[in-house]
Amino acid sequence: MANNNESTPGDKRKGTVVINEDRCKGCTYCVRYCPTGALEMSVRLNHKGYTLPELAHPEKCNGCDMCGMYCPDFAIYGRRLNSREE
Amino acid sequence: MTEIKSHPVDGLLRTDRMPHIWCPGCGVGTSVNCFTRAIEKLEMDLDKLHVVSGIGCTGRVAGYINVDSFHTTHGRALAFATGLSLSRPDSKVVVYSGDGDIAAIGGNHLIHAARRNVDMTVICVNNYTYGMTGGQVTPTTPDKALASTTPFGNFEHTFNIPNLVAASGGTYVARWTVFHVRQLTRAMVSALKHPGFSFIEVLSPCPTLYMRRNKLGAAVNLMEYFKESAVIENGADTRTVALNEGKTVLGEFVNVRLPTLRESYEERMKEALGEKFVPYEGSK
Repeated sequence: MANNNESTPGDKRKGTVVINEDRCKGCTYCVRYCPTGALEMSVRLNHKGYTLPELAHPEKCNGCDMCGMYCPDFAIYGRRLNSREE
Repeated sequence: MTEIKSHPVDGLLRTDRMPHIWCPGCGVGTSVNCFTRAIEKLEMDLDKLHVVSGIGCTGRVAGYINVDSFHTTHGRALAFATGLSLSRPDSKVVVYSGDGDIAAIGGNHLIHAARRNVDMTVICVNNYTYGMTGGQVTPTTPDKALASTTPFGNFEHTFNIPNLVAASGGTYVARWTVFHVRQLTRAMVSALKHPGFSFIEVLSPCPTLYMRRNKLGAAVNLMEYFKESAVIENGADTRTVALNEGKTVLGEFVNVRLPTLRESYEERMKEALGEKFVPYEGSK
C-alpha cells in the first residue's frame, strides 16, 4: 500500500490522518465529529477485534486534528499537508 | 504499511501502557487528551508538574501521564495533594480523579481543600457512577437512574458539585463536557494558570456501566445529548447550575483571586513572629 502521509508534487490534498490501529477501540468519535466528513467506519478489524475507521474521502481532509482531539485512545491524529505557512 | 505512528501527545504519555484500560467511548481518554494539550500549550516544566489520582477508572490517569505522579488510596488524592502542594511550592499539583473518588469518598477533603484555597488544580471526571467497582450509585447519579446498588432507581438527592466547591470557597470553578474539547482545553489552561484552588467538573459518558444499565445507547448518544442540552453561561450563579433533564449548564462559573493557604500562612506568621519567621522554601 502506498504511503499516503507524505505530500508529493502536484498533490492537492490539504491534510491527512494517521491511525494507530493497535490502539483504536472503534468508538466512532472521530467519524462522527470530523468537521468535513472525511472519515468513515470501515469493515476492517484490528487484532483485538475492534472495527477501524478509515480515511474514506482523502480529498476532504484538511488535517484539522479534530479527530485527534476527540480520540479517547490516542489512536488517530490529523496533520496538515502542503501548508502555505511552511 | 510501516510509518511513524507516534501521536502528537505521546511525549506526555506512558506509551508502554497503551492501549489503556478505558472502555470504547469512555470520556476519560478524551479528557486526558485535552489535558495533555493544555500542558503542551502552557509549555510547562514537566519536572514541576505532579499528577495525583485516587482510585477508579479516572484514577488510572496518574499511571498514564508521563510526569511524577501518585496513585493514592480511595478518596485521599486531595489530602495527599495538599501536602505535596505545601512542600513543593514551586510545583503545580493536579488532582485528576472521578466523581466517586472526589465528591463521595473524598468529599470531606474536597470541601476543606476548597475552603483553605490550597494551590492545586482538581479535574473531576463525572461519569455518574462508580465505573471500576461495578456501577454503584454515586452522589451524582441522576434521579431514578439504575445502578447496581439501586436496582429500582436512584431516590437520593444529587450533588451539584460546582455549587459545593464554590460554596466551600473554591476560587476557580468550571464545568465542561468531553464533547466540548476546545473549551475544556482552554478551561484547563486557565485552571493550571490560576493560583489557588481551581476545579473543573468534566461530564463524561460511561458507556459500559452507566449507559448500558440505563438503556441510554452507545457513548455517542450521550455526546449528542451534551451537544443538544448544553447551555453556556459563564459567570452563572452556581446555585442554578444543577444538572437537570434536558439542560446542562456549562462554563466558567467562578474565577476570583484570593490568598492561597500558603500565602495566608506566611502573612499570619510574619505578623505574629516578625523577624523570627523563616518562610519554607520547599524540599530540594
